[in-house]
Amino acid sequence: MSTLEIRDLHVSVETKEGPKPILRGVDLTINSGEVHAIMGPNGSGKSTLAYSIAGHPKYQVTGGSITFDGQDVLAMTVDERARAGVFLAMQYPVEVPGVSVSNFLRTAKTAIDGEAPPLRHWVKDVKSAMQGLRMDDSFAARSVNEGFSGGEKKRHEILQMELLRPKFAVLDETDSGLDVDALRIVSEGVNRVHESTDAGILLITHYTRILRYITPDFVHVFVDGKVAEEGGPELADRLESEGYDRFLPGAVESASAASA
Amino acid sequence: MTTTTTPEETGAPAGGLTTDHSRAQADGAHSHGVVPQGSRAERLTSFDLADIPVPTGREEEWRFSPVARIAPLFEDRLVGQSGGGDVRVTVVEAPEVSVEIVGRDDERLGTAGKPGDRTAVTAWNGFEQATVVTVPREAVASDVTSVRVEGSGDTPTASHVLVRAERHSEAVVVLDHLGSATLTETVEIVVEDGAHLTVVSVQDWADGAVHTSSHRARIGRDARLKHVVVTLGGDVVRITPDAEFTAEGGEVEMVGLYFADANQHQEHRLFVDHAVPRCKSRVTYKGALQGEGAHTVWVGDVLIQAEAEGTDTYELNRNLVLTDGARADSVPNLEIETGEIEGAGHASATGRFDDEQLFYLQARGIPEIEARRLVVRGFFAELIADIGVESVEERLLEAIERELNKSMSAIEGGGATDAEGVA
Repeated sequence: MSTLEIRDLHVSVETKEGPKPILRGVDLTINSGEVHAIMGPNGSGKSTLAYSIAGHPKYQVTGGSITFDGQDVLAMTVDERARAGVFLAMQYPVEVPGVSVSNFLRTAKTAIDGEAPPLRHWVKDVKSAMQGLRMDDSFAARSVNEGFSGGEKKRHEILQMELLRPKFAVLDETDSGLDVDALRIVSEGVNRVHESTDAGILLITHYTRILRYITPDFVHVFVDGKVAEEGGPELADRLESEGYDRFLPGAVESASAASA
Repeated sequence: MTTTTTPEETGAPAGGLTTDHSRAQADGAHSHGVVPQGSRAERLTSFDLADIPVPTGREEEWRFSPVARIAPLFEDRLVGQSGGGDVRVTVVEAPEVSVEIVGRDDERLGTAGKPGDRTAVTAWNGFEQATVVTVPREAVASDVTSVRVEGSGDTPTASHVLVRAERHSEAVVVLDHLGSATLTETVEIVVEDGAHLTVVSVQDWADGAVHTSSHRARIGRDARLKHVVVTLGGDVVRITPDAEFTAEGGEVEMVGLYFADANQHQEHRLFVDHAVPRCKSRVTYKGALQGEGAHTVWVGDVLIQAEAEGTDTYELNRNLVLTDGARADSVPNLEIETGEIEGAGHASATGRFDDEQLFYLQARGIPEIEARRLVVRGFFAELIADIGVESVEERLLEAIERELNKSMSAIEGGGATDAEGVA
């Protein structure tokens, strides 16, 4: 049983005009086996939260803490976080020309486990994970993310998640840009990992669509750099019918009126 | 690689590198269609020392070069490699291949074009004996022929190697440059009709070496030359490969790989002369740079003459700058005198090591050092696979590993280099 704890997290991003605060006091606790959805309008800081957990150098933590089973995540380098069991499925996966998917996966697996995976099992695992995500065998020989379609990039992210078996995964808008079939395939992949590893999952999304395939235990509405409302799956249904309007500036009165 | 059908493709790198392309532009390093000092066709070539004076450094072909460091090789009287010079040439040939040491008066010498700059003309006038490697008519060499050029001092020396592939022969010849030397060299390459020849020149000199080399290739009817240049060691290395087609149906593939460290100057100036119809040229050079004062220069001149209808040419140069303080100059020039061509294009890009790639790999648990290694290996991977000479490929992978270990130890030692974005 693992726990990721985020306490009063403040994060700024460097801009030409100086540091700009994005996260303004985020509190979240995620345990193994739980699926948390973070929903919110564009610009609310959802992706900043994802990158801050993974340790992207562009984001400066100015206050608060992130701990993983009591360890100080913020003190770790990016790769140390990954080896501690934190995984980020990126919204915009990066191309690495000349590095084949199979080499990349094996290198990552070796780094995470601290030893090279036994070859025969590994080849089999990669093959079956790729089949599960309806990825053609030829993928393994292609350069990482180079020339991948949007959907292929997202499948490749979930493929990594399946093979690296993190304790805790952040999925940053994994659903964006996917058609219905791809969304279903990717969601099934996430559910498979979740069931077989009991990983805690933080699902960041703008839309409720993916929540039809991946059922969250908790839904957090993110507005202006912090959690504005929390609830169960029913909160997602409400957002589906009402949208984010009531959370946006100027809509405060009507929001309280509606909930009254 | 895509080939454009427009006479001049302007610039945008043909994909592959997601790093900072704007730099090359900002430096004005990548020029388009600018043909300084007249057409390449008009540049003087001559066997006569008096025709090509000692350069000042302001000349087009010397403007990127550290002429003061090369100056000993500008002198009229150099020592031939066999006449007390500090350079020895030894050949281990395939059984089908013959090797001779000949005097200056051998009529086979000087047939593959004339010297085009000062160090080329001093090389021609300075050598005493030449090494001639001949692949006889219709022979298919069963093994690599290895020409070892080994230096043991800094006496300014001239040397001459001629590689001849006679009609319909096939062979691989590897020139290896090792040790300490101040050497100006001519490598003549004659590929007769229907022959398939691969020539690899590896510059793996010790520190302190100064080396200039004029490679001049003549490619006959339906002949194919793969010309590979690998530059790793030495203080100053300046290679000027010229390729000239003499009949239709010729093909040249020119591949280059270089890795420059602190204070190394590595310059590669290519000239492909399409003087006859229906020939094909492909140029792919890639370099990595690290350390203060590392400087690489790549100039690719391609001339498609009025008669050269049906020409198909593409040239590409990519540079990966791994640390601050290194500079890559990249200048492709394409001159086209006929519109009746298959295709002509070029691309050039110089990018910094990409922090987003580093983040992505590290986010998968891969430590920074290993992530850098993956990216650099990936940068060169396709090129190395293209070389097609196994022993050279293996050696290159090892050499890249060695180079990387240098930069890695710098990073580990706290001299972290290019972590923050520099536009």
